[in-house]
Amino acid sequence: MSRRLLTCGEHAVLVEVDGLEEVLALDDAVRAAVTGEDAAFADVVDVVPAARTLLVVVHEGADVLPVRKALSALPADRPTSADALRRGVPHVVEIPVHYDGPDLDEVSELTALAPHEVVAAHTQTPWRVAFAGFAPGFAYLAGGDSRLRVPRRSEPRTTVPAGSVGLAGEFSAVYPRASPGGWQLLGHTDATLWDVERQPPALLQPGSVVRFVDVGNNADTDTAHR
Amino acid sequence: MSICELGLEVLATGPLALIQDLGRPGLASMGVGRSGAADRGSFRLGARLLGQSYDAAAVEVTLGGLAVRACGDVLLALTGAPAPATVNGTEVAHAASFLMRHGQTLRLAIPQAGLRTYLSVRGGVDVPAVLGSRATDVLSGLGPAPLKVGDVLPVGAPPRTFPNVELAPVRSMTAGPIVIRALLGPRADWLADPHLLAATPWTVSSRSDRVGIRLEGRALRRPEARLGQELPSEGVVRGSIQVPAGGEPVLFLADHPVTGGYPVVAVVRDADVDLAAQAVPGQALRIDLSFS
Repeated sequence: MSRRLLTCGEHAVLVEVDGLEEVLALDDAVRAAVTGEDAAFADVVDVVPAARTLLVVVHEGADVLPVRKALSALPADRPTSADALRRGVPHVVEIPVHYDGPDLDEVSELTALAPHEVVAAHTQTPWRVAFAGFAPGFAYLAGGDSRLRVPRRSEPRTTVPAGSVGLAGEFSAVYPRASPGGWQLLGHTDATLWDVERQPPALLQPGSVVRFVDVGNNADTDTAHR
Repeated sequence: MSICELGLEVLATGPLALIQDLGRPGLASMGVGRSGAADRGSFRLGARLLGQSYDAAAVEVTLGGLAVRACGDVLLALTGAPAPATVNGTEVAHAASFLMRHGQTLRLAIPQAGLRTYLSVRGGVDVPAVLGSRATDVLSGLGPAPLKVGDVLPVGAPPRTFPNVELAPVRSMTAGPIVIRALLGPRADWLADPHLLAATPWTVSSRSDRVGIRLEGRALRRPEARLGQELPSEGVVRGSIQVPAGGEPVLFLADHPVTGGYPVVAVVRDADVDLAAQAVPGQALRIDLSFS
């Protein structure tokens, strides 16, 4: 397993690893070191996992060198079953989806699956929240059916409506609010992904398991929500 | 005694006036960026001039134009871009504390240099906090709405600490060329010639905001091996200089996204991000690059 430490300004280190599983293992290890009061990690203020990298940020004015040194040596084994037990049973979230997205046909072409097979693939394999990013409450879901890997749209949309359910690369996601975006849209949900009045505000927490449920294209249920 | 709650009534906003503090650090795992004052040094100076902690929120005024009337007597300070300021027509000093009496009006003109002026008030702007901060994040929409005419900004209770300085010496801001220092990396290998980032004279684009400053100049090129490649999105920090496929850099400010999909080739030093946050559209900018 390789781990590359890249300089990222005065107060951060970007750690590049081989893949998502390595990122999540290192993320677990760094968070354990931060909460376990490991002195080298005392100044860490933010840890940002992504598809191939983990960004570790220290407080303004703090020295990043101790963290950098500690990161090169920190053991980050894949989570053991004992760790999984300690963290308890994952939180399972069901998300009802109307599979009426504008890119369903394109995804069908790209994957050589019929539209109903795309829906079946998206709903039958559970997804797991790998990390958040892009926008508040935007969770990157990994571990789904590998036949659903599709590239982003070549031209991003200027507005993707809130609740849109999409695919990009190895990930699926739900847009918490309207924003520009380049994901392939399969459908939409009426679930509220982000609400600052709620504790916690994000419906999908790192580690949560997500099951998408096909609730049909019924326009009546749609209009009832508008 | 005044007849109203302690506060500031907004009579004019200028192009953009936002409530800011030092933001929401530590929430990146929810997809929430830090946000907060774009020029943190100037924001902090305002708090020190009023003898209060950095938790107290202030108003970040872009290109002047703000006018506020006092409800009750308030102690104020202006820092950042030195916008000419008057209280009921009488000039008030920059980077100094001053008292504004009940019913008096503060007006800010357009600063001759710099972009963002901070109006700090003793007691802080006391609107409800969202996720621990009163900062407005223009990217995510978190925090209070931009100020509108007719808003009354509540002012909090004064702290138990007292100001011990009335006037602070500050480096004067320039409308001329500025130089900002940056460290190369993490993705400098996505540039055909990293030296060109430093050698190119850049101009601050008018398409700049609190998310980032777009730099116009001769587009930077990727090495042959990287053409057509895509970098998976990764975490970015304030001060990151990101180079999209088009080759014109974007320097991320306070409201930058938590992750970005284009390579970050260098990161500006913290103190110099403040300097960059004061650059106005059309201003010349050079990057002093450390290769260590």
